[in-house]
Amino acid sequence: MTSSFPWLSLLLVLPLAGAVAMYFASESAARWIALAATLADLCVALPLWWLFDPQASPMQFTEHIAWITAPPIYYSLGLDGISLPLVLMTVGIMPLCVLASWNAITTRVRGFMAVLLVMETAMVGVFVALDFVLFYVFWEAMLIPMYLLIGVWGGPNRLYAAIKFFLYTLAGSVLLLVAILVLYFYGGHTFDILALSQGTYPASLQTWLFLAFFAAFAVKVPMFPFHTWLPDAHVEAPTAGSVILASILLKMGAYGFLRFSLPMLPDASRDFTPLMVALSIIAIIYGAYMALAQVDLKKLIAYSSVSHMGFVSLGLFVLNQQGIEGAVLQMVNHGITTGALFLCVGMIYERTHSRLIADNVGLAAPMPQYATLLVIFALSSLGLPGTNSFVGEFLVLVGTFLWSKIATAFASLGIVLAATYLLWMIQRVVYGVPSPHHLPTLRDLNQRELATLVPLALLVFWIGLYPNPLVSRMHQSVTNTIDSMSRAKVAPTAHPSAGGRGPLLADSEAQLTTQGTLR
Amino acid sequence: MSLYGTDLLALLPELIVAVTACLVIVLDPITPASRRDLLAWLSVGALALCLGITAEQISALNVRVSAFSDLVVIDAYARFWKIVLCGVTGLTILLSLPYLKAERIHLGEYYGFILLALSGMMVMVSSVDLLTIYLGTELMSLSLYVMTGLNRSKPRSLEAAAKYFVLGAFSSGILLYGISLLYGVAGSTKLISIAGAIGTRGVDDPLVLIATILLAVGFGFKLAAVPFHMWTPDVYQGAPTSVTTFMAVAAKAASFAAFMRVFVEGLGGLKADWSLLFLLISILTLVLGNVVAIVQTNIKRMLAYSSIAHAGYALIGFVAAARGVGASGGTPGLASVMIYLTLYTFMTLGAFAVIGMLRKGGVEGEEIDDFAGLAKRQPLAAFLMLVFMASLAGIPPTAGFIGKLYVFMAAVEAGLAWLAAIALIFAVVSAYYYMRVVMVMYMRDPNPSSDTPPHLVTSPALSFVLACAVAGVIFFGLFPNPLVSFALQSVLTLK
Repeated sequence: MTSSFPWLSLLLVLPLAGAVAMYFASESAARWIALAATLADLCVALPLWWLFDPQASPMQFTEHIAWITAPPIYYSLGLDGISLPLVLMTVGIMPLCVLASWNAITTRVRGFMAVLLVMETAMVGVFVALDFVLFYVFWEAMLIPMYLLIGVWGGPNRLYAAIKFFLYTLAGSVLLLVAILVLYFYGGHTFDILALSQGTYPASLQTWLFLAFFAAFAVKVPMFPFHTWLPDAHVEAPTAGSVILASILLKMGAYGFLRFSLPMLPDASRDFTPLMVALSIIAIIYGAYMALAQVDLKKLIAYSSVSHMGFVSLGLFVLNQQGIEGAVLQMVNHGITTGALFLCVGMIYERTHSRLIADNVGLAAPMPQYATLLVIFALSSLGLPGTNSFVGEFLVLVGTFLWSKIATAFASLGIVLAATYLLWMIQRVVYGVPSPHHLPTLRDLNQRELATLVPLALLVFWIGLYPNPLVSRMHQSVTNTIDSMSRAKVAPTAHPSAGGRGPLLADSEAQLTTQGTLR
Repeated sequence: MSLYGTDLLALLPELIVAVTACLVIVLDPITPASRRDLLAWLSVGALALCLGITAEQISALNVRVSAFSDLVVIDAYARFWKIVLCGVTGLTILLSLPYLKAERIHLGEYYGFILLALSGMMVMVSSVDLLTIYLGTELMSLSLYVMTGLNRSKPRSLEAAAKYFVLGAFSSGILLYGISLLYGVAGSTKLISIAGAIGTRGVDDPLVLIATILLAVGFGFKLAAVPFHMWTPDVYQGAPTSVTTFMAVAAKAASFAAFMRVFVEGLGGLKADWSLLFLLISILTLVLGNVVAIVQTNIKRMLAYSSIAHAGYALIGFVAAARGVGASGGTPGLASVMIYLTLYTFMTLGAFAVIGMLRKGGVEGEEIDDFAGLAKRQPLAAFLMLVFMASLAGIPPTAGFIGKLYVFMAAVEAGLAWLAAIALIFAVVSAYYYMRVVMVMYMRDPNPSSDTPPHLVTSPALSFVLACAVAGVIFFGLFPNPLVSFALQSVLTLK
């Protein structure tokens, strides 16, 4: 579905224009400009939700302009049912990040807001790029803004956390570049993601490429044992940085697996499934155990992210419709819920200047609104039925059940542990016996803070009670991904002609024969 | 005389540069110190004229004009490099103007030497005869020796000049020895005759192999490739910053240009042998350059090691060209080196421009720690440095990424994906030390003990250089098409 109006370019340009405007703005105007730019971006993105046709061919709102002629690299953008929710989540989270930084950031506000806006362009770019080199440009362009975000406006140990984040993610992604170049020569001299997803590649090559992709995406997710940068980065980053990291950056790794590893390298993906599932389950249980032991709220949520992202990678690699749909849903859910939890921690830190659970005990009495919202998000995070995470985790577990019952049993352990550490945290923070010296100064949420949290709380219940609009939009794209995997399996690897099959649309007939559709 | 008329016309750009150099040196004693600026502007004017003539000199891309009985040629390949070199030299002169004044070494002959060095480089890139190439190399090197020791009051500058001279003379001797052996084999120093002689005598002739190794060593010194890099850190650190800039960008580009022409046109028959040698050298170069740069505290020394590492990346493109197979052959590899070095000039020029103007009290602040807190006092300068560092590290969307993209693409096409992987892993290492500069500028406060915090002395000429550099880094990072097609067309005349 080619739309004549360049929606996606507008999405990319608006934040960038805001960032440029920062150069001419005053410190006090910077906040308003950033808010205006992010809200404008949201207003541009929202119509896409309704304009998107769930039944139509995979990529919509496409733009295709030659960028570099030799080799052929295109400025090629498009949305499908997988990237649409992620883009909406990204542009939805960003105004909240600006609001959360309203009073928390007092030094170099212009720079901070400019960095946030550049991040927004790069993050949206990652989700909408349909050219592999263009994707890589956006993917890497995030590194320096994020490095500055942690390193300049972060906590006491920010220098260490910033460079650790930078080097970990860069080290992961450089091998991705080699893999992209190798794919270019094997996949018919193109960087077009859709064309490359149609190609068939020799089995041994797929293994190598899968490992290179894995290095890039597993660090970002982060999958065990590549997660060690995450607690450091989360704890040291300012609230907005933590929210961006948890809600959006982590999703890029999972998105990478889904967009590149599965359709381009189906045989290797199948071969690596046991390993991927094992690593995911280790992440689920290990992350949860680590979260149990934390005394710092941010660290607790950081480790809970490792655990929850384990569900996402688990859902992706069981390679069936339920698992993958659950994973995509869980990506959005985690973005909403964990983002909200980090916002909550940021708000309490602004009041008590401590993130330790011991210093923030018994907030229900002085801050009832805050306590209510915190409980909602914690319950959502532990997957209570009626909240968003329940739907996602349930789908993932159904998918896992079809693949292996034992794996499901282990993964379910993560839900039990999540309930433990979150309820324990709630018990202390919300209902604990208050420490008297903090109480007099604590005031409840103001209008700005309510405006930050309430939209997320509404989303928690909306997705939890009525996920169908979201799921129906991603259904076709997930089916396409699974079809492209099974098709490549049918085609013998030695047949290069299999790479010449028509566009993705041609696969819609094959979809009828695919096994295991839930609906 | 009419016999030489066309020859002289072919060499017109070189002649303009050389004559202007002499003119500057003659005019220097009769120019009052207050008006020495005019000498710089005279030089820049000559370069602009020269740039225009060079660009118009050949009518079509496949034209190859020979002059002086085939000692030099005017072809698209030479034109590409001459345009790069003239542009870079012009910017270096503009950069030198405020720097030399601040350092109180504003001497007129500086501009004479820089132009003489340029004329040497222009001869290097356009000659197809080993002796002419040698002459060009020597003219360039001798001028650089003098310029390195320009700051006579600083022992470090003199030490650098002495070291550079001794090692440079040594390497020139090795180069000359290799040339003499090849003359013995071919009976001529012309590249085309040497290629012919190798064709008839076979590739296993020990004399030819020894000569090839000697040439590789000689050029290795000029390129600052490991293990012939020893002079680089000391010389880069000791030389006045404007001279370091000139060495890092212009001398390196010219040496690569001559090096590629000699090995492709003259010794192309021995590809299989020397490609292996340079494969090894390229790995050593980028590993050592990147690893040793980490521990440097002096930013000029750090950039010296970084320039060694970048020579390693460029060599990967060259190795890929030698091992290239299929219809495109070595074209993408050679073009990638040209793209890489051109883009490298922009970021290096920019980085050194910032360094040269960082003053701490009365002296130059060249420790990395001197950059502490620069982002707070001079946000624009710090941002520019951030862009140059990101580009040197190869982070998109800067020019450095485009350069690496083309080099690694050529490597993967030539079946060297593993080499690209190694090189990229060491690019991560390099990101560490480049980002340290960013960290110091943005995340650290200036040393409270120093009463005069370092600051940047700006001037219109410097602002112009910085604007050109950052425009190049960002423009070619976003729209590399013009440069890429220019390089791909120009490389076709190299055969």
